[in-house]
Amino acid sequence: MSSLRYLGDVVTLQFDEQKCIGCGMCSVVCPHGVFVVEDRKARIADRDACIECGACAGNCPVEALTVKAGVGCASAIIHGWLTGSEPNCDCGGSC
Amino acid sequence: MTTNSCCPPPKEPVACCPPQAEAGSRGPAEKGSVACCTAPGDDRPGYRLWPFVCAWLDSPAGRVPQIATRLTAADILGRWQMRWGLGRTRYSIAPGLYAVGTPSSGSPVLVTANYKMTFDILRCDMHGHDAWLLVLDTRGVNVWCAAGKGTFSTDELVRQVQRARLQEVVDHRALIVPQLGAPGVAAHKVVKACGFKVVFGPVRSSDLPQFLESGQKATPEMRRVKFGLSDRLVLTPVELVNMRWQVLWSTLALLILGGIGPQIFSFSAAWNRGIAAVAAGLLGVVTGAVAVPVLLPWLPARSFAVKGAIAGLASGLLATLLFSSSLDWLNSLALLMAVMAISSWCAMHFTGSSTFTSPSGVEKEMRQAIPAQAAALLVSGLSWLAGAF
Repeated sequence: MSSLRYLGDVVTLQFDEQKCIGCGMCSVVCPHGVFVVEDRKARIADRDACIECGACAGNCPVEALTVKAGVGCASAIIHGWLTGSEPNCDCGGSC
Repeated sequence: MTTNSCCPPPKEPVACCPPQAEAGSRGPAEKGSVACCTAPGDDRPGYRLWPFVCAWLDSPAGRVPQIATRLTAADILGRWQMRWGLGRTRYSIAPGLYAVGTPSSGSPVLVTANYKMTFDILRCDMHGHDAWLLVLDTRGVNVWCAAGKGTFSTDELVRQVQRARLQEVVDHRALIVPQLGAPGVAAHKVVKACGFKVVFGPVRSSDLPQFLESGQKATPEMRRVKFGLSDRLVLTPVELVNMRWQVLWSTLALLILGGIGPQIFSFSAAWNRGIAAVAAGLLGVVTGAVAVPVLLPWLPARSFAVKGAIAGLASGLLATLLFSSSLDWLNSLALLMAVMAISSWCAMHFTGSSTFTSPSGVEKEMRQAIPAQAAALLVSGLSWLAGAF
């Protein structure tokens, strides 16, 4: 995967270290290894690998994580622009 | 469920029957035989059993369909149809509880989506194991996309746990949910709502046997999404098929525009120049929708649109060199610009199939790329039309 990197410094992932209880759920659910847990606190180790899927934020029991989750799909974003709605996969694409 | 416009499939089981009896059957009546091991009472008007139901298992919450762990020719044909986008838009099975092997009250419960391709992969990977499969209603969409859409969700999981009366079927209180279901399922909310603890399993179902044997521990490797050559290649046919209407209309438009020239309109020019333009367009489509996915890790730049433009520059230059004897500079420019613009556009749309693009990133690259693609296409069209005179 190291050869497949996407644009840097764009994602909306926010982490509030104060709230973190170090449960490690974020590092379990993240499909791209964005988080590491050290000394009972999570840390964002690879922010640019984030795809904004929202798994970490949804599974954080103390809401220490926020992200504007969505689908990284051009067709969905065009569909969203044209219909004025939030982008989603309902455009009949390949997912 | 294969939809048949005249008879919409029933959404809920008939009230008098236990829901489990419905789980192995599919909606609209189709001709075909009933599976081998079923009793006469398994026939229900309007339903027929999927061939993968090989027997029924008695459980404290009713009978559960026991499913085969090998694919038949029909399963493989169905997968092939989905991969090529031919003849089917829905490919789903009834949600509910299924049995793999001969599970007991202590066997693990694996949660999945009701996309039949997903279900087929899972049951094959579980060959030789005993487990319960709890299939959620994701409207025939795979786990990851359904989790993103919100159909593979906390609420749907809790609903299916209750509908299957899972607390009567198993004596443990754990659900193994695929890791890619996590965008839709909040583990801490599931346990609060139904008492079952969510254990996030590996990304790929092929890792499930190892995951189960190692005491439900996933290695870091099992937790990572990959996007290898075969993963990328398998997604390209459906991308091409989805573009068939744009290709058809563009072909017609190019054949008409190709006829414009010094004689106002010429049918032989329409044919010669039109076909050349269609070929240029198809070169752009194949470059952006096939070559870019294949060469993805090796193409420079991170933006998919830029990767597509670079690949289009290469294949466009190759084409202008190959046909240099019959192309003047205007037509060469038109060819190069068209291939680059179309390849870039198609490559940009492959973001939806990829596993490592963020919506913020895709939106950013689109805002930069679409004006450039439009400008390139305009330059291409103008120089192509000018080249006729």
